[in-house]
Amino acid sequence: MTLSYLRRSLVFLLLIAISALSLSPGIAQENFEQQREALIEEVAEDLRRSEAILEPTELDPRVLRAMKTVPRHEYVPEKHKHQAYRNRPLPIGYGQTISQPAIVALMTNLLELEPSDKVLEIGTGSGYQAAVLAELVDQVFSIEIVPELAERAARDLKRTGYNNVTTRQGDGYYGWEEQAPFDAIIVTAAADHIPPRLLKQLKPGGRMVIPVGSRFMVQHLVLVKKTEDSDILTEQLLPVQFVPLTGEH
Amino acid sequence: MHPGAGYLLTIAVISGATLAYEVLLLRLFSMIQWHHFAFMIISLALLGYGVSGVFLALARQGVSRYFPAVIMTNLLLLALAMPLCFLLAQSLPFNPAELLWDPWQLVYWLVVYLILAVPFFFAANIIGLSLYQFRQGIPTLYASDLLGAALGSVGIIALLFSISVEQILLLLPCLVLLAGLLLVSQSSLWAGRHKLGWQMTLLVTAAAMLFLLPPSLQLNVSSYKSMSQMLTVPKTGVLQRESSPLGVLSVVESSQVPLRYAPGLSILSDAELPEQLAVFTDAEAMTAISRFDGDFEKLGFLGQTSSALPYQLKRIEDVLVLEAGAGSDVLQALMFEAAAIDAVEENPQMIDLIQDDYAEFAGELYSLPQVNVHQSEARAFASKAERQYDLITMSFLSAAGVGGLYSMSENYLFTVEAMRDYFQHLKPGGYISITQQTTLPPRVMPKLIATVSTALKSLGRTPSQNLILIRSWQTTTLLVKNGAVSDQEISRLKQFSQQYNFDLAYYPGISADEVNRYHQLQQPYFYQAATALLSAQSGKFIDDYKFNIQPATDNQPYFSQFFKWETLPEILSLLDAGSLFLLESGYLLLLAALIQALVASLLLLLLPLWLWRRRRRDREKAQPLHKRVLAYFFALGLAFLFVEIAFIQKFVLILHHPVYAVTTVIAGFLLAAGTGSYLFGRIRHIHPQHQVLAAVLLMIILSVVYMSSYGTISAFLLAQSDLLRYLFAILMILPLGFCMGLPFPAAMSMLGREHDEMIPWAWGINGFASVISPILATLIAMEFGFRVLLSVALVLYLLAVWLFPADSASRQSV
Repeated sequence: MTLSYLRRSLVFLLLIAISALSLSPGIAQENFEQQREALIEEVAEDLRRSEAILEPTELDPRVLRAMKTVPRHEYVPEKHKHQAYRNRPLPIGYGQTISQPAIVALMTNLLELEPSDKVLEIGTGSGYQAAVLAELVDQVFSIEIVPELAERAARDLKRTGYNNVTTRQGDGYYGWEEQAPFDAIIVTAAADHIPPRLLKQLKPGGRMVIPVGSRFMVQHLVLVKKTEDSDILTEQLLPVQFVPLTGEH
Repeated sequence: MHPGAGYLLTIAVISGATLAYEVLLLRLFSMIQWHHFAFMIISLALLGYGVSGVFLALARQGVSRYFPAVIMTNLLLLALAMPLCFLLAQSLPFNPAELLWDPWQLVYWLVVYLILAVPFFFAANIIGLSLYQFRQGIPTLYASDLLGAALGSVGIIALLFSISVEQILLLLPCLVLLAGLLLVSQSSLWAGRHKLGWQMTLLVTAAAMLFLLPPSLQLNVSSYKSMSQMLTVPKTGVLQRESSPLGVLSVVESSQVPLRYAPGLSILSDAELPEQLAVFTDAEAMTAISRFDGDFEKLGFLGQTSSALPYQLKRIEDVLVLEAGAGSDVLQALMFEAAAIDAVEENPQMIDLIQDDYAEFAGELYSLPQVNVHQSEARAFASKAERQYDLITMSFLSAAGVGGLYSMSENYLFTVEAMRDYFQHLKPGGYISITQQTTLPPRVMPKLIATVSTALKSLGRTPSQNLILIRSWQTTTLLVKNGAVSDQEISRLKQFSQQYNFDLAYYPGISADEVNRYHQLQQPYFYQAATALLSAQSGKFIDDYKFNIQPATDNQPYFSQFFKWETLPEILSLLDAGSLFLLESGYLLLLAALIQALVASLLLLLLPLWLWRRRRRDREKAQPLHKRVLAYFFALGLAFLFVEIAFIQKFVLILHHPVYAVTTVIAGFLLAAGTGSYLFGRIRHIHPQHQVLAAVLLMIILSVVYMSSYGTISAFLLAQSDLLRYLFAILMILPLGFCMGLPFPAAMSMLGREHDEMIPWAWGINGFASVISPILATLIAMEFGFRVLLSVALVLYLLAVWLFPADSASRQSV
């Protein structure tokens, strides 16, 4: 009797686990919008609280709106869809990730975009960052080196209605000569040096952002500024407010 | 009953193959995952030993009854588990980078531990059950276990140099099966129908393994490693792969999208890069071979990196390039017309790539008359070099290797003593140049400055007059001059920095308004750190800094250990905003491994022990002894590895080459301990406890002599030839190891006589202790240094003498 009771309990538990697993994406689907709203509010609040690299100390309302509009779940592989609105990077295959929403918000914010700006993205990846940019500017050009990713991102961007993003599969090192110059350039993969051609394709007064670190953990962001006199300066920014020195020296 | 020679040989083969398998797993997981996780996974997998002890303790009567069948079954399962468990473990979607977010990763992690513990469980069953079965012959059995392990530790190094890791993964189980076949064929334990049956089974298993496994032996390298990512680029492929104990080197060519590797290149550079081939170590830590055809115009980019600074300040004739790798620092020296370049590279296969396989591509770089290539560990070469140099240069530009998760590995290149060695090999006016990838918030450079400053002060110099620090957008270059920096040098420094937008961070007489101009930080952190560390307030600055930037020393050579407990709450409070990168998690991972090991040991050991004690018969029999046995073998398990690890560290410095040094020390200890155990079995007229006491006292005397006269001994050894140095080192290890081999069989034999039911427990406890020991040893060494580690080990041995599990009758007689 004990054995059969045990077996029945196990089957019951197994059923619960299976139904929970199969149901969770379905449940999430209905709530995507709510989840997105909540996530972006949380990201904005976290950034404000940790006094990260925001000047002024809040996210640009336009960036906030863009982040709240773009359906991140549409750029996430099926098996991770239920996690689309967690503040975390997610694998998208080929050793690449869709960036953490907080980092996407920060990087986009650093570009200080105007609606009429033309933006170049090196490393389309999932297409999510391009979609956020497309909410803010008229024209986005994006290059991806991995053919399969380039194809998938182009399809997803079209499917989600971002027709102002032009994508291309290829080598981003030389930028996009035919469409240059750009008001802003965003490099989504860490580089060991900044390709000179990219700097040339940046308009005077333009901004470029590069994350430094691994796929799952951004260490710091580099903001490259081209002055009106075409001088090149960079700012090295931590994603959180952290001062290594304490006391007086 | 005594085991025969054939049986002892089988035990030696199994012990050797298992130790080799452990090293192999470490290599395999360093390749497919990352080194630190490999270390944790393999440490915890050894719990299989402890679990085996518990299993044997609970099932000893049953398994003992069917001894021959149980031994052969375990042997067969061990052979099967060696490749299969690895294949199974690598097929799990375990990605350490996702641990923070994905709770499933914890489950995968646990499953990896469990799967990899399986082969060690079977191996330990064979040895543990043999100890129980042949209790009269424990010293000889333990001796063959240790001697086999000694052979295994040497054998695996030879194998890793000669065949691929995949081939070794097949070879080891075949060795185990062969040993089984020999045993069945010549031992009387297996007879008649059983003998034939086992022979057939072993042969069929070996044949099946050789025919079926090879195609599935593909290494499943994490897609997040740099090499995997590069291979996703169209028309990119691996040209060559070389494997050795130092790592797997892969040469990768990208024919459609050229590789462009130029870390530290000025943001103003418009130089075209030459054709390049990538070289990865363990699919990570990329460096590049640049095509060189004698035309330096094509290498112009090498003059536009922050590491080119010393060549701008004055004419450099003699250069020592440490960690030369694929040769870009050598090319840089050639470009600036250095007359004589000593290039030091530790990995012989890396040298072969440049000297032979890609010699034409690299322009015969390592065969040029100006270039002398030396295969040696960098610190060793620097300390032995007879020449003096205008420039000693080191570049560490690969993201891997410094900081973060690497904090648990010792690094003798960046210690106070190392800096003194380098400095003493500089000509008057010469420079040491160290280029590092910039970490933010700064911790590598501040620690380096603190280390250099301490070294210079100990040589009676004034560091504030000898240092220059500049930074590009991604690298920082520190120059240490043998002499005060001159006005002319300062003026050239300013010119070079301005030309390429490099920021000045320190030079003697620098003012605050000169810094943080081109690559702006929130505050001029590098300038602040350098000026504070070179001032009289350096101690306070180090104490107040939120990372550990205490100078690293040979006694605590953990340069990359930046973790500070005081900073943890602040980092945790920022976790949601993404502060994890500040965590310097290597130290915490080590701590996590220790906690995992402790919890697992407690669960796997104490729970069954409690259940066992509830069995009245055993309780009556063993009650007075069991705590003593537990404590004795636990102390032994900890102490043996503590001593071994402390001596490995001390000898690595003297013997130089880490792989050979570690192998020599481990093999030396195991060999000596095996001999000690064997001879113990022969001396019957002295009471075991007296023997243990004498051995421990001798160990204490030897350790105190070695440690107190370490300076004299190392100076003497360093003056000898390589062969003599190794010979003397082994001679020093032998008596110590010999003594360390006594306590285990002494107590086991005692148990064998009157409390044989305790033997599996003792075996298991010893197994658990050996899991905890290496992790705890590293933590103790990090916090307190190797001297303290060795002292703790000796105290544990003394404790063991006191705890010696003699029965009451013998204790009365003692």
